[in-house]
Amino acid sequence: MSFGRMHRKEDARFIRGRGTYVDDVKLPGMLHGAVLRSPYAHARIVSIDTSAAEAHPKVRAVITGATLGGLNLAWMPTLSNDVQAVLATDKVRFQGQEVAFVVAEDRYAARDALELIEVEYEPLDAVIDARTALDDGAPVIRDDLEGKADNHIFDWQAGDKARTDELFERAEVTVAQDMIYPRVHPAPLETCGAVADFDKVTGKLTVWCGTQAPHAHRTLYAMVAGLPEHKIRVISPDIGGGFGGKVGIYPGYVCAIVGSIVTGRSVKWMEDRSENLMSTSFARDYHMRGEIAADRDGRIRAIRVKVLADHGAFNGTAQPTKFPAGFFHVFTGSYDLEAAHCEVTGVYTNKAPGGVAYACSFRITEAVYLVERLMDVLAAELGVDPAELRMRNLLEPDQFPYTSPTGWEYDSGDYPRALRLALDMAGYDELRAEQAAKRARGELMGIGISFFTEAVGAGPRKHMDILGLGMADGAELRVHPTGKAVLRVSCQSQGQGHETTFAQIVGQELGIPADDVEVVHGDTDQTPFGLGTYGSRSTPVSGAATAVVARKVRDRAKLVAAAMLEASPDDLEWQEGRWSVVGDPSTGKSLAEIALAAHSNLELPEGVEGHLDAVTVYNPPNLTYPFGAYICVVDVDPGTGQVKVRRFVAVDDCGVRINPMIVEGQVHGGLADGVGMALMQVMAFDEDGNHLGASFMDYLLPTSMECPSWELGETVSPSPFHPIGAKGVGESATVGSPAAVVNAVVDALAPYGIRHADMPLTPANVWRTIEGRPF
Amino acid sequence: MRVEITVNGQPHSREIEPRLLLVHFLRDTLSLTGTHVGCDTSSCGACTVLLDGEAVKSCTVLAAQADGCAVTTVEGLAGADGLSPVQQGFRQCHGLQCGFCTPGMVMAATALLAEQPDPTEQEIRNGLKGNMCRCTGYQMIVESVQWAAANGGAK
Repeated sequence: MSFGRMHRKEDARFIRGRGTYVDDVKLPGMLHGAVLRSPYAHARIVSIDTSAAEAHPKVRAVITGATLGGLNLAWMPTLSNDVQAVLATDKVRFQGQEVAFVVAEDRYAARDALELIEVEYEPLDAVIDARTALDDGAPVIRDDLEGKADNHIFDWQAGDKARTDELFERAEVTVAQDMIYPRVHPAPLETCGAVADFDKVTGKLTVWCGTQAPHAHRTLYAMVAGLPEHKIRVISPDIGGGFGGKVGIYPGYVCAIVGSIVTGRSVKWMEDRSENLMSTSFARDYHMRGEIAADRDGRIRAIRVKVLADHGAFNGTAQPTKFPAGFFHVFTGSYDLEAAHCEVTGVYTNKAPGGVAYACSFRITEAVYLVERLMDVLAAELGVDPAELRMRNLLEPDQFPYTSPTGWEYDSGDYPRALRLALDMAGYDELRAEQAAKRARGELMGIGISFFTEAVGAGPRKHMDILGLGMADGAELRVHPTGKAVLRVSCQSQGQGHETTFAQIVGQELGIPADDVEVVHGDTDQTPFGLGTYGSRSTPVSGAATAVVARKVRDRAKLVAAAMLEASPDDLEWQEGRWSVVGDPSTGKSLAEIALAAHSNLELPEGVEGHLDAVTVYNPPNLTYPFGAYICVVDVDPGTGQVKVRRFVAVDDCGVRINPMIVEGQVHGGLADGVGMALMQVMAFDEDGNHLGASFMDYLLPTSMECPSWELGETVSPSPFHPIGAKGVGESATVGSPAAVVNAVVDALAPYGIRHADMPLTPANVWRTIEGRPF
Repeated sequence: MRVEITVNGQPHSREIEPRLLLVHFLRDTLSLTGTHVGCDTSSCGACTVLLDGEAVKSCTVLAAQADGCAVTTVEGLAGADGLSPVQQGFRQCHGLQCGFCTPGMVMAATALLAEQPDPTEQEIRNGLKGNMCRCTGYQMIVESVQWAAANGGAK
C-alpha cells in the first residue's frame, strides 16, 4: 500500500527556504574561520609569519601546522590508510592546500586576515602528469613518509592473468584502446562546511557538518582527536547535495574543531566554490588501456586492462579497505566472457586528494566507461552494429546468480529485455536510417549505446570495511501509543528523499500511512551506528534494515494482538495491515490499536516486554546489481565541433521501486552528470600545477539548456535476497550515461575514421579530433 | 553606512559595511537563510532574489545598492500558511531534491512567469539558464514551472 508515487515530505521546508543547511546554523557568539591556501603545487615552506593577522582587531586565533603539531593533529589519517596534512608543516603538495586557519568575528574579517599572513615558499618541481610520476628522477612528493623515494602508492590486480593472456594469444580478433577518464569534481551546489562547538564545561564537542557519513566521522574524530566518542556529537543537517564529495573528513573540519577548542567559542568554516573545486575530493582521473579479445562473429572472450590511477598528493580515496581501486573489477560489465584481468597502479601527483566521488559506486563509472567504449571499438573493428554486438554477448536471465570472471556474484537481471525496450523506445532502426541519410548529406549524427551493470550496497562486513568499520547499518523503530512511528537510520540523505521513501518502507511493512512515520537521520546522538550514504548503498543496506526492523515490530505486535484477542499467536495471520485470527478478518487489530494496547495495562505473556519497538543491524549478504540500457542521440556541427544531445533514452532496472517518482528524479540528475562529464567538465592543470578549472567560469556544469528532455523506461528484476527486492539506483545514471554520450559522438565522427576521443568533448576538442589533432 | 531595505514587505534599517553583499545581508544580518550561496563567480543562481520585482543574483549586488529597494526572497513568496503556485509546482512535479538550488530556482521561475505567463518548454529552459541544479537534471523543474503556469502563474 505504501510503495508508489508519493510527494516528498522534505519538500515542505525546502520550498519555503526553511531547510537547515550547515551555513544556516548560527550559534551564540559563533566565530568564523577561513583557510589560507597554497599558491604553489609543490614548495617547501620556509617560514610563516602570522603576527599581522593576529593583530587584526577582529581576529581571535591563527592556527598553523605548528600549532596543530603540538596537538598531534597536523596530519590526519585518510580513508585509504594514508595520512593527509591538515595544515602543511614541511611543504605544500598541491595548489590550494591548507596552510593556515584564521578565526575571526565575522566571515569578512577572517578573509581580510588571510591577506595579512606572510608565507615564504621555496618552489619545487611538481609532478603533474601521472604518466611521469614513476619516472626516474621524478620529484618525490611524499618525503614525509619514512623511506619513501618514489611516487608509487599501490599495485593491485584482479582476475585470472594466465587464462586471460592465453585467450588473447589465440583470439581471432583483438582490439586495444587507450582512454582517459579525466579528473572531474562532484561539485555539489552546497560546498563543504562545518560548525564546531566545544563545550569546555561538559567536555562535549558538537559538530554540525554536511557529512554523508556522520557516524564514521564521529568515530574518526574520537580516534584522531583523542576525545571520548560519547562526548562527540556529529549532526549532519540538510545537505545541499553530496555526490560523494562529502564522505571524507577535510582539513577545514579539523581546523574548525581546533578553533573552537582554542577560542572556547563555536567556529563556523564554510569553503567557497573555488576552494571546493581545488581541495575537496576529485573524481576519476584514470588512465586506462583496455583490450578486448573476440571471435570473428563478435563473441567476446576476454578483457584485459591496465590502469594508471592519479590519486593526488595524499591517498584519500574513499573505498572499502581491501579495494584500493574500488570495485573497478566489475569491468567485465554485462557480458558473458571467459576470463578477465586488470592491473591498477596508483601514483602520487601534486594535486588534491580524492578519486572516489561523484556517484562512482567505488570506481564503477570508470569500469563501465571502459567496457562500453571497448565494445564500440570492437564493433567498429568487426563492422557490426553496436546494439547487435551487445545483444550477442549479454548475460541471459537464466545465468543469474552469475559469478563474473573477477569474482562478483550478480544477483539478478534480464538484460536482453531491457536493451530491447530501449531500442524500441528510441526507434533504433529508424534512427540508423536517419543517420545514413544525414551522412549522405554530410551531416554528423551519432547514436551511442551503453549497457551497464552496477554493483551497489557495500557491503558484506566480512569483505568490506572502511578503516576497520564494517559496512553494516543499524535501524531503530519505535511505535508511539497512538500508532505513529519514528524510524532512526544511519544513512544520511543529501536530497535522495530518504525521509519519504524510508517512511514508505515502514508503511508498507506495518500497514500505516507513510505520513505517520518520522524518519530521523544525521544526528549521531539520535540514530544507530552505520556507515552513511554513498555508493547507492542506502536502499540496499539501510532500506533492508528498515524492512527488517519493521518486521521485528510486526512480530512483537503479533504477540500483543494475541493477548488482546486471547488467542494463540500461531492462530494469527497478517492481512491487509492487521493481525487477525486465521479465517476471521473481523477480529483484526490494526497496528495503531495494538500499539495502544502494548502501552496499556493489558496483561502480556511471559517474556513480552510491552511497548512496540525494535532495533536491528543489517549485514548485507551481497551487493545489489541494478542495470540499465541507455541510448543517446547527438548532432555534431562539423564546422564548430558543437555537440547537441538531441535525445536520451534510459531504461533502468533497480528491482522493486519504492517510489518511482523519486527514482526518476535520481536518474534525471545522473543523466545530466553524464552529459556534463562527457561534454563539458574537466579539472585541467598547467605544467606548474596551476588549477585551470577552479571556478564555475571554467569548470562547466550543464544548465537547463544543455540537457534534453529525458525519456525513461523501466523493467523490474527484484534482488532475490533483499528483504523488499529493491536495489540501489542513485548512481546508475551517472555510471551508465557518459559512455552513451561519448559513443554517440564517436559514432557521429565515424566518417572521419575516428574510433575514440577522450572526454570532455567540448567543441574545441571535437573540432581538433576532426582535424586529426587530438588533444 | 546605513541602509533602508524592505524585505518581504518588512522595512529594515541597518548599519552595514559598504562591501557587504546582499546575499550576506539577507542571510547573516536578517537570518533569512532560504537564499543560498553556491558559487563565487555569479554563475549558479542559488542566491536569486527579486529586487524591485526583477530577478537578481544577490551575491552580485551590494546590500548598499539595494538601499531604498524592495527585496523578495523565497520566505516572502507566500502568506503565512499558503504557497505560491511556483512553490506548489515544484512539490507537485518533484522539481527539487537536495533543495539547495530551489529557493533561487523558485524566484527565477516566479520572475519568468511574471514576464511570460505561458512560456514554451524552450522559453522555460532559456529563462532558467542562470540557475544551476546538480540533482534534478532540470526536466522536472521545467514541468514544475509548466504546472505553475497552468495553476496561477507568478501568483
